[in-house]
Amino acid sequence: MAAMTYDALARDDVLATVAGWRDQGRRTAIATVIGTWGSSPRPVGSQLGIDDAGNLVGSVSGGCIEGAVAREALEVMDQGQPRVLEFGVSNEQAWEVGLACGGTVRVFVERVED
Amino acid sequence: MRAELLLRIQAARASRQPLAVITRISDGVQSHCDGDVVTGALRLGDGELEAVRVRMRDDNSGMLAGEELFVHVHAPPVRLIIVGAVHIAQALAPMARIAGYDVTVVDPRGTFATTDRFPGIALSDEWPDDALEILEPDARAAVVTLTHDPKLDDPALTAALRSPAFYIAALGGRRTHSLRLERLREAGFTETDLARINGPAGLAIGATSPAEIAASILAQMIAVRHGLPAVPGAAP
Repeated sequence: MAAMTYDALARDDVLATVAGWRDQGRRTAIATVIGTWGSSPRPVGSQLGIDDAGNLVGSVSGGCIEGAVAREALEVMDQGQPRVLEFGVSNEQAWEVGLACGGTVRVFVERVED
Repeated sequence: MRAELLLRIQAARASRQPLAVITRISDGVQSHCDGDVVTGALRLGDGELEAVRVRMRDDNSGMLAGEELFVHVHAPPVRLIIVGAVHIAQALAPMARIAGYDVTVVDPRGTFATTDRFPGIALSDEWPDDALEILEPDARAAVVTLTHDPKLDDPALTAALRSPAFYIAALGGRRTHSLRLERLREAGFTETDLARINGPAGLAIGATSPAEIAASILAQMIAVRHGLPAVPGAAP
């Protein structure tokens, strides 16, 4: 891993890491928490950066929904149209993706354009 | 997001300028605002611009009324100025960096403040009072003195007390601290001023090693930043 990227990770600087990925020619997307209701692990404005290989930096929850957000982000990278995702309480029996903490979170996913 | 805007946010962060990004979530069209001017493809009405300014002032990201526009406030990082490039500083500087602080270590003694000891951390070899005059701690800055040496700690604390720094702490046991307060009292500081100094620095978590003491100081700084009481008196 490049020293600059590691430094950005150590600083919890999601956008700097995404910019570094982009400089290496990777396609990237950014997911941002735009709303929360009830208990939620990460506040509004928290961000997750995703590259075209599925690498992640930052977070939009305590790890509950990042995988699902990353899958959507890969589609957004392909298609270009941003998406708003909403995640609520998980239902373990239905194998749904959700938040174990019982809150609801809204996430905006956008592609980084050239 | 356009790559150009990504770089603009990075530049604002580097120059410690606040910046808000306004996004229409239905289609992702964006503009950014530096507090005065709005730049980009998204046009804002006067009422919307005012609401963006209020959110920038309060460092409060969120949706504007109508649930159509998201305002992301990118405030400059909180700063930590550490006086004394000592062993505890070698633990506190990287820990605070991970916690999102912009860290500067000040020590005029050349053998202490070296890049070998503090890789990637901003260093100043000025005397603490000169360094703080340059760094100008604001309400988003913390000042922690770690030298145990009044020649270095006192000028730093004097400058910190004259600033709106949100957290001020000084390492040293109770006796060291009471002698320090006595000197500052004689220098004209009031009890209200002196009460701003967290000393002995850090939360009482039984910290003994440099890393544990650094963790106790960082934890106290975080508590104060979020408006909780700075349960005093931990590190020796």
